[in-house]
Parts: sequence; structure tokens; C-alpha cells
Amino acid sequence: MTMVLKASGLTVERADGAPIIEDVSLGLDRGEVMGIVGESGSGKSTLALALLAYARRGVRIAGGSVRVADTNMLELDTATLRKARREVVAYVAQDPGAALNPMLTLGTLLTEGLAGSKAEKVVRAREILRKVGLPDDEAFLQRRPRQLSGGQQQRIAIAMAVIAKPKLIILDEPTTGLDVSTRAKVLDLIRQLCISDDLTAIYVSHDLAVIANVADHVTVMYGGQVVEQGTMQEVLATPRHPYTRALLNAVPSLQARQTLRPIRGRVPAVGEAPNGCIFSDRCDHAIEACNTRPALRLVGGTQVRCVRPELAEAFEVRPQAVGHSDRQVANNSAVLQADGVNAFYGHRQILFDVSLQVEPGRCLAVVGESGSGKSTLSRCLIGLHGNLTGALSLDGKPLPLTVDQRDRNARQRLQYIFQNPNASLNPRRTIGQSLAAALANRPEACGNRSGAIIAEAFERVGISPHLAMRYPAELSGGQRQRVAIARALVANPAVLLCDEVTSSLDVSVQASVIELLRSLLADGLGMLFVTHDLAVVRNIADTVAVLSAGRVIEQGDVYKVLSAPSHPYTQSLLANTLQLPTEAIDVPTIARRQSAAGSR
Amino acid sequence: MTVDSQNDNATIGIFARLQPLLARLLQGGLTLLAVSLLIFLAARALPGDVANMILGQSATQEQLDLLRVQLGLDQPLWWQYLIWLGGILRGDWGTSLSNGQPVADLLALGVRNSATLSGVALAVMLPLSLLVGVIAAQLRDGFVDKVFLGMSMVANAVPDFVTGTVLVALFATTVLHVLPAVSFIPPGDSPFSYPDALVLPATTVIIPGVMYLARLVRVAVIDVMATEYIQTAELKGLSPSRILFRHALPNAVAPIIPAASLVAAFTVGGVVVVEYLFAYPGVGSALVDAVTNRDLPVIQANVLVIASAYFIFNLIADSFAQRDEAAGQRQSKA
Repeated sequence: MTMVLKASGLTVERADGAPIIEDVSLGLDRGEVMGIVGESGSGKSTLALALLAYARRGVRIAGGSVRVADTNMLELDTATLRKARREVVAYVAQDPGAALNPMLTLGTLLTEGLAGSKAEKVVRAREILRKVGLPDDEAFLQRRPRQLSGGQQQRIAIAMAVIAKPKLIILDEPTTGLDVSTRAKVLDLIRQLCISDDLTAIYVSHDLAVIANVADHVTVMYGGQVVEQGTMQEVLATPRHPYTRALLNAVPSLQARQTLRPIRGRVPAVGEAPNGCIFSDRCDHAIEACNTRPALRLVGGTQVRCVRPELAEAFEVRPQAVGHSDRQVANNSAVLQADGVNAFYGHRQILFDVSLQVEPGRCLAVVGESGSGKSTLSRCLIGLHGNLTGALSLDGKPLPLTVDQRDRNARQRLQYIFQNPNASLNPRRTIGQSLAAALANRPEACGNRSGAIIAEAFERVGISPHLAMRYPAELSGGQRQRVAIARALVANPAVLLCDEVTSSLDVSVQASVIELLRSLLADGLGMLFVTHDLAVVRNIADTVAVLSAGRVIEQGDVYKVLSAPSHPYTQSLLANTLQLPTEAIDVPTIARRQSAAGSR
Repeated sequence: MTVDSQNDNATIGIFARLQPLLARLLQGGLTLLAVSLLIFLAARALPGDVANMILGQSATQEQLDLLRVQLGLDQPLWWQYLIWLGGILRGDWGTSLSNGQPVADLLALGVRNSATLSGVALAVMLPLSLLVGVIAAQLRDGFVDKVFLGMSMVANAVPDFVTGTVLVALFATTVLHVLPAVSFIPPGDSPFSYPDALVLPATTVIIPGVMYLARLVRVAVIDVMATEYIQTAELKGLSPSRILFRHALPNAVAPIIPAASLVAAFTVGGVVVVEYLFAYPGVGSALVDAVTNRDLPVIQANVLVIASAYFIFNLIADSFAQRDEAAGQRQSKA
């Protein structure tokens, strides 16, 4: 086997000398896929870019070497480096909507930078479009990125990367923004390209389940350092670093409802890492010896940066969570009910005769892909979508369809939590002020009481009330989403409408938000949880409604629907949900991949 | 039959596309009507009596009354307005009170000269703004960029007539004597026959325009250069010039166009001060003279022309902004 990528001692620092990634080494043989996994802020994207000898503004590559095939990437002059980026290494960014220039046609995007005549370029473009499963006619080449769906855009981005037949392709979270079935198709495409073109790839993701489905090797990054590195099966079967174990524990399973273990604390900011082991301040197994930084060492086939790699044997398997769906619910009357809701955009009907109910202390999950109408449904319930027919009722009383006709009580009883806390919290208000503004609608909570209510809400979501003076930008993503939940709680709601609240979060942070929502359910809150992730549904919902093209096609108890789905659409959603192979059922995925690799 | 119905559809299609434009033009027409009423009333509200101005202090009461009747000034205001408006719609702008020439002739002369000045100023200002803005963005936070930002602050804070006076002192009177301090252009001659008379007035308009627009260009280019698609272009190994001209500029210019149209509108309006300063024979200086002489028809005509120019450039700015909005909506739907 020929080595395609050999990076050693790669260090990237900020202008003030604080390292963002430190002493990272990677090696990949031809045709292999390396997964790089870690939370946001672990330096994985910086690493991906450094492999192309690229550093963002205010950041520089301070040391190490990157050799791709016979090219020493870090020692090229600018003209040769440009040539190397055209021909040797290619890059696919996370968000194709942002990474494709909106003003240029697909034909230009695909072929610019290629040598050859115009006719040759068009032939190449058509060839690559067929390969990634897109139309190859002239009209399609003349389209612009915005005229494509998210999945098609990502195919174009991948086509753009592989059209010059590079030796190495670097994929930076290429499927994170896509919904399950599109993601499955894009992953299939990547896998297929790896086999047919013998492509060597780096796949960056925060999602271990995705990595497990494409990679041969995995590198776990934390705080800019490699904490564990080895073959996929070895690392997943026996994680030796507590951080790897913690990441695995945070991944929700489709098979069983489990206690999700969020990782306490947060990823250290650049320049603020502890002196000893970089994970020591969040590690449950830290001892005295962890105060000196351990080196990477080879333990049983994997590289581990931990003084106690033998702990691997001691890591407990996470326990099953008590499913509160098993609990007998005393009060079974619906708190929020929708009957025969039809919703429209202009003359186009988005929702068809949707009926559902939310009960106190129980969670109804609404599942569907983008465009299925699930967000429209939650907007109808909160009263933000004006164009609808049907009947809503709250606490048995009819509820006006739009929010401006609802009285204060009805508005407070229903609270909405948005997908993106960065956008839903006012950046110019401290989080304390954001909560106080939500309280202003509760006249009984004025004056001294309001401070107490706010503090109580912060306590409830696990945010220290000392942080009330902070601005959203000063918090982590998970903290922000907790603040958004706290803001909903101060209104003393009966039902929370959660719109994809965990989709933009890291797996570890998602675990903490799910645990929080579970505890709120235990307090008796009703919840409508909109998501496209069935593993999350399995872990939080009691009942589920599957939405496809605006119709509820399947509805029932979660364990029934997920274990024996009756509708083909639900079956395909389930089949496309990626799982960690540690669960017995998915092991064949890896085996299949291995045999494919072996046959090459 | 089928052909007919197709034609009908095509007509409807064109109409549907033109409808927003027609609505906008109608709205604009109404706006100009309201403006004409305001101009008319404002001109009448000027202190001083027209008849007195024309006949001088020694005129008798009978002479004054007679002149007022001749000029129609004894009629009710609304009637005078309708007469004036009706005249404009027929193409008759009236006659100047001070020299008896048809207003339309005076206006044609002024409009040509002012349009030349504004046109020359804009033709230099717009490309220059783009160039300066792009250079400042490329040298972001460097010495040149900081000097530019400081200068633009000063240039935009200083009123046009001060800029003009300083330019006159530098190039015409005190320091150098290379350009005329007063732009004398004989009536009937094209301003292009006297290029040196154009330089100082045009520069006075160009400096604040460039300093303002180039700042916008600079910010837009910096924003675009920070986008992921520019990063992608760099990672594709494209040349810096291709990244700048094919990838960055088309995206950076889009948000600038409405602002540039507004600057053009301000330039046309702001030309009054500059023309007066350099005694350049355009709409602006004609207006100032007319106000001094209480020459009501000339005042009204000139203000109406300036207001229309303003309106047209605003219309352009609006339609660009609307097109951008529509593009934005398409994007958010996708």
C-alpha cells in the first residue's frame, strides 16, 4: 500500500501564539478513509484546512509537515500551492449553500481551474455530474446553486472536489446540514467514490455514528490535540480515552431509551486549556498524575493520550433510562389538541387534515424530512402561521388560530423554542434581560418576585444565575439553548413546542438538552418535539406522528412505531438513520465495508 | 384561434411584468404632482413682491396693480396653480419675469450644462469608488487603508462649499494658478468646449462621493472575501485575480448599486451649491439667480427639474433594492 497522506507534528496557532491544534500526526494509505471526530472547538476544521496548507485570517501554521502523495504542502510557493490545491488535494465544506458562489453557473463552478478547451471541460463536467447522480444536460449546467436542493448542492460540491481527480479529498462535515435520507444518499455517494476511484479521504464530523459508517480509521480530537487514534473497530469497540467513551455515551440509540451522559463543562477556549491532561477538568477519572500532560502512546493497537488507558475495561456501559411511557399516566386528557388542520402558503396546501394531541407529562414527536411541513405545523400551533383552517383547543377550550387573537393566558401556556438559539436570543440583551422581557407579560410576577422567578428558571435548566449578566455570545451553544428553554419556562407554560431544538448542537450538548427536556417532562409539562432524528425520538418521545408531504402517515406509541413501522416511508426513515456499530444490529455495516476494502 | 389566445397570453404576461413598473410610475407621477404644488406654494411664500422687484421702488400703485393683472397675480392661488400646471403639461413653461425669455429655453440650457457636470462627475466617481474601495479592502487594516478611512471621515464631514473653496485656493488662486476659479461658459456653448472649467466643479462633487461610496465598497468586499464561497475558491487553487473579479466583485457590487443610485440623486441635488460656488451656468445657479430676482416661473421650473431628477434616481435605487429583496426571498425559500 502506498501512503497518500503523511502529516506530522502539525501545529496551528493564533497570532498571539496560543495553539489551536498542537502536534497532530496523521497517516493514510491509498483508498482509506480517516474520520476526524470531536466537539465544536476541538480544532478539527482547523486541522482539515491545515492539510491544504490553509489557515484562516489571524491564524498561522506554525510547524510540522504535510505530505500528500509526493507533494510537500507546507513548503510550496503560492503558485505551486494553487496548482496542488487544484490537482492534489480537494476540499468539501460543510454548508454547500454558503460554499457555492451564488452568482456563478454550475458549469463554471465545476470546470473553472481545469486545463483544456471549453468543449473538453463540458465533457468532463457532464461525466462528473452523471457520476454524482445529477442531470448532465446543458440546462442543468446553466443553473445556479440556489436553484438546487441542499442535497443536490452538496453533490455539486463533491463533484467540484473530485473533478480534477485529486489524490486526497477532505470533507468537512459534509452531511451535517442534511436530513436523514439525503444524508444517507450523500454518504452512499462518498463511499461509492472511495471504492470506484480509489479515493483517499479525510472525513470530519462531530457525529460518531456518521464516522462509523464511512471511515476505516478514526482520530478523536479534543482541545486541539489528538486524544485517541486507531482503526475504526478498535476505537469504537474499546475506547481507551475517557473522552472517546464520553462521546460514545452521548450518542442516542435507536434501539433503546438510555440515560444520555452529557460531558460536564465545556470545550476549553483557545489558550485556556488546563496545564495537565487537556481533558482533566471534565474527566470523571482524573487523578494526580493527570496534572502533567500525557504523550500519545500505543496501547493495544491504538494511540491514546491518557495516563490510565487500562481504564477502558472499567468504563461502565450506560444504563437504560426509565421510559416514562411505561409509567401509568394518571391525567390522560390532552392539554393541546389539533383537529383537521389544513395549512397553506398562498394557494399551495402544506398540511392536509392533521390531527394530534399533546398530553401533560408526555412528549409527542413530529418526525419528517425537510419540506414535510413539520415546522409549518408547529408554527400553526403557536399561532404564527395565519393561513390555516381547522380547530385547536387548549385545556379543553377552543384556541383561536392566530396568536393575535389569543388571550395572555393562552399565549403563556404555549411556549416555543427555536432550532437556533444564536438567532432566537437577542444578541444585545444579557440573558437575564431576555428572561425579564419574557416575564413582562406576567403581571403577577412584577417587582421582587421577578428576580426570584428568573433565578429559579436558570437553576432549573442548570445555568448558574451568576451568568445572568452575560450576553448570548459569551455562552456555549448548549448553554444558549438552555437559556432559550429557561425563557420559555418563566412564562409557566403547559406545553413546550420544540422545533428541532437539538439539530444545531453537538452530540454531547444534545445529550444534556435531551436530559433537561426529559426532566421537564417528569415535572408534568406537555411537549411537542419536532425533529428529523429518529434516535432522538426514541430517547425522548412517548408518542410519534410521522409527517410526509403534509400528511400524518403514521401515528402511535414510539416503541411500536420504531420497532414495527407499518408505513414504507417510516421504514425508509428508520433504515437511513445511522447508528453506532457497537449495537449488535449494525455490525454488518462495518463488515461489508471491510470486505469491500479487502477486495480492492 | 390558438394563435390569438397565445398572443393574448403573451400580452397578459408582458402586462403582468410591467404592472409593478407602471404602478411605480403612476405613484411617481402623483409624487411629482404633490411636489409641484409644494414648489408653487413655496415660491409664492417668498418674501418680497414680484411687481415691486420688476418695476423698482419708484413705481406707482397703479403701475404695480396693472403689472399684477398682466402677470395674473390678482387671480386666486389655486387658479394660478392650475394655469401653471396646465401650461407645463402643454410644454409651455411660461416666460421669465426678469428678462422675458421663454423659461423652456433657459431651462434647456441649464439642464444641458448641469447634466454634463453631473454626468462627468458620476462617470469618474463610480469607477473610482470601486477601485479605491477594492484597494482599501485588499490592504485592510494597513497604512493605506487607515489613511483612506481617516480621509473619508474628513471629506464627508466637510460641506461641499468648503471643499470647493479649498480646491479653488489650491489650484486657482492662492497656491497654483492652473485652473479657472470661475467656470465661465458662454450661453449656447457646450461645456465640453471648456474642459478646464469643468474640472474644479466636478472634483468638488467627486471627492465626497468617492469617499462615501468607496467606504461601502470596502465593507462589501471585506464581507464577501470572508464568505465560505471565497474560501472554497481559494481552496480550489484559483488565481487571486479570478477570485477577485469572477467570485468576489459580482457579489460585492450588488448591495452597492442602490447606494450608488442614491449618491447619484444627491449629486444632482447637490450640484446647486457647487454651481453657485463656481458660477457654473447650470440649473443650480439659474435657481439661485431666479430666487434673487423673485422670478417665480423660473424658480418653479428649476426646482421641478431637480425634483424629477431626484425622483428618477430614487426610482432606480428602489427597483435595484427590490430586485435584491426578491433574490433574497428566493434564496431563503431554497
